[in-house]
Amino acid sequence: MSEKATVSITVNGKVHEEEVEPRLLLVHFLREHLGLTGTHVGCDTSQCGACTVHIDGASAKSCTVFAAQADGSEVTTIEGVGSQDNLHPMQEGFWEEHGLQCGYCTPGMIMSAINLLNENPKPTEKEIREGIAGNLCRCTGYQHIVKAVQYAAEKGVVR
Amino acid sequence: MIPTEFDYKRATSLDEAIQLLSSSSEAKLLAGGHSLIPLMKLRLSEPETLVDIGRIPDIKGIREREGKIGIGAGTTHHEVETSDLLREKAPVVADCAGEIGDPQVRNRGTLGGSLAHADPAADYPAVMLAIDAEFHIKGGNGWRTVKASDFFQDMFTVDLADDEIIVNAMFDPIQSASYAKLHQRASHYAIIGVAAALGVENGLIQWARLGLTGAIGYAVRMPNVEEALIGKQPEQDTIDAAAGIAGDGLEDINSDLHASAEYRRAMIKVFTRRALEGAVARL
Repeated sequence: MSEKATVSITVNGKVHEEEVEPRLLLVHFLREHLGLTGTHVGCDTSQCGACTVHIDGASAKSCTVFAAQADGSEVTTIEGVGSQDNLHPMQEGFWEEHGLQCGYCTPGMIMSAINLLNENPKPTEKEIREGIAGNLCRCTGYQHIVKAVQYAAEKGVVR
Repeated sequence: MIPTEFDYKRATSLDEAIQLLSSSSEAKLLAGGHSLIPLMKLRLSEPETLVDIGRIPDIKGIREREGKIGIGAGTTHHEVETSDLLREKAPVVADCAGEIGDPQVRNRGTLGGSLAHADPAADYPAVMLAIDAEFHIKGGNGWRTVKASDFFQDMFTVDLADDEIIVNAMFDPIQSASYAKLHQRASHYAIIGVAAALGVENGLIQWARLGLTGAIGYAVRMPNVEEALIGKQPEQDTIDAAAGIAGDGLEDINSDLHASAEYRRAMIKVFTRRALEGAVARL
């Protein structure tokens, strides 16, 4: 049995200190240790982006990061974005523009789209498509997702 | 998918990382982890120890010193892609980084990780060959320098000992170079990627370096294309003639579910032409 690693990870503003197995992936830390099941496991092979979160402000696939690597970092998950009563402009965009059908890819898609607007507040349609290139959606054909991101860009997204 | 158990050690300096590598059995370096962790999840790689070098400041950053450009091995693809220095002094390198994977991958993956892993379809190796980069490597026996053209030896096989770390890649500034790539649509690995760099004086091509990735087990130069360019004018007829022989004589072309060997052979010529057109456009 390998020695455990002590991690201190700030998730959605709250500090969590835990002893974890070094092989524990960040996505399982979030879902199973913290009960934050908004972050999904899709392909589990670093391609689909359903597990996308922000680590220190930059989007990352949490199925391809060990929790130990995130020690000392600030992680934001979909639970840290907006609320039922006060949707984030990106969530509002997905609602208004019908940016989802089954919803499985949506949390990761929103985290990637917010990452895009943080870097490039007024992206072209091509830049939006490149910005979500790391997220797969099997329902929408992406058109409504692009419109949702355009909606959020119009409204102006704050971190 | 859960990797096998391992001991996790975080190095805070380059020397500590080398010491940990030397003193641990079956140890591997962990930087961005975007090549290694997928392999570990598939249990194709089962290291006993991971030495995390993700937070060593000495191996991060992009600098210009004495006319040369250096990129720290721990620099992420996103940092390379968005570097003003590289956009100005060696745009092909920033272009290449922007073609790797997707935004999330570029936020985590590093130059050194890509080079050391040497995936047959990785992007950086083709560009490193074309810009004639050299890699500064440190290990238990001190420093050494390896040229890109000597570094890539076979599939996932490079000139790097078990206790060595790539510290940075160095190269001369270059404008007239370009990278052209056929993306695999899900992973964004290169089905074929070609980097071209040209030197032109008095209206004639004086030297040319072509790097090819995705075609065989490891990235290679294309000497027949380079010879076909030297002494010619940098115009479309020259490009078409040189691209027309790209890949000729190359054996053991990759064939997989994404592209047959025959299709890859055809695409080598197409993307060689596009890379050369891009390089000429920057003359």
